[in-house]
Amino acid sequence: MTHQPTRRAVVIGAASAGTLAAAPFLIVRPAAATPETMKAAIHKLIGESPVSKGKVTLDIPPLVENGNTIATSVAVESPMTAKDYVKAIHIFNEKNPQPDAISVYLGPRAGRAAFSTRIRLADSQTVTAIAEMSDGSLWSDSVEVIVTIAACLEYN
Amino acid sequence: MARTLINVPQKAKRGQVVEIKTLISHIMETGYRRNETGVAIPRDIINSFVCTYNGEEIFRAKLYPAIAANPFITFFTVATETGTLEFKWTDDKGNVETGTAKITVE
Repeated sequence: MTHQPTRRAVVIGAASAGTLAAAPFLIVRPAAATPETMKAAIHKLIGESPVSKGKVTLDIPPLVENGNTIATSVAVESPMTAKDYVKAIHIFNEKNPQPDAISVYLGPRAGRAAFSTRIRLADSQTVTAIAEMSDGSLWSDSVEVIVTIAACLEYN
Repeated sequence: MARTLINVPQKAKRGQVVEIKTLISHIMETGYRRNETGVAIPRDIINSFVCTYNGEEIFRAKLYPAIAANPFITFFTVATETGTLEFKWTDDKGNVETGTAKITVE
């Protein structure tokens, strides 16, 4: 008499096959930026020069519900004259897949060193704005942001 | 390619700092998302925005995937002379969208 698979064996077999089949559909998250990669990105963009706190005001809500659009603005104290002006403003983040968010380049004709936009954040994290002055000095401001619905990770 | 909204004051006094607001409709696909079958959706974002005032560049931005869909950017400029402001957005596919706005300086 040939061996017939028992009912129990069939059920166990089906269950484990199901587990294996399901495995490839696990969510694979993209490698996130870290505070270290943010520092590396900052160094890549502006060099190793020291960055001082101050002069920059990063205006971003500390608690956001939806990480897909966060109104963000940056203002820098500067007379914006031909001799003393803001050359560039950068926004960096710690935990999005990529540490850079935006870089803007302006000149004395701006009149006021400020801009605003809307950014995405994938997680609760610290956002940093750095301003490059015409004399080469660097100033920054950081804000800790709590995000309840993260951007970037949802399926469409 | 896309619809744009540009807001520039029609009139300004010479030397006055004016605010410029711009909005463009664009998906800003990050390149980090996957569709239902697990295939990565290719990145498609606006990567560059430039504003010129009578031909002279006054503002430039480099955008990354962290900018929300339908990029909204506001900035300032000094109203120096009557003329035209030109706006140019470029996306990853090489599509270019332009817009203009006139300003009268008294």
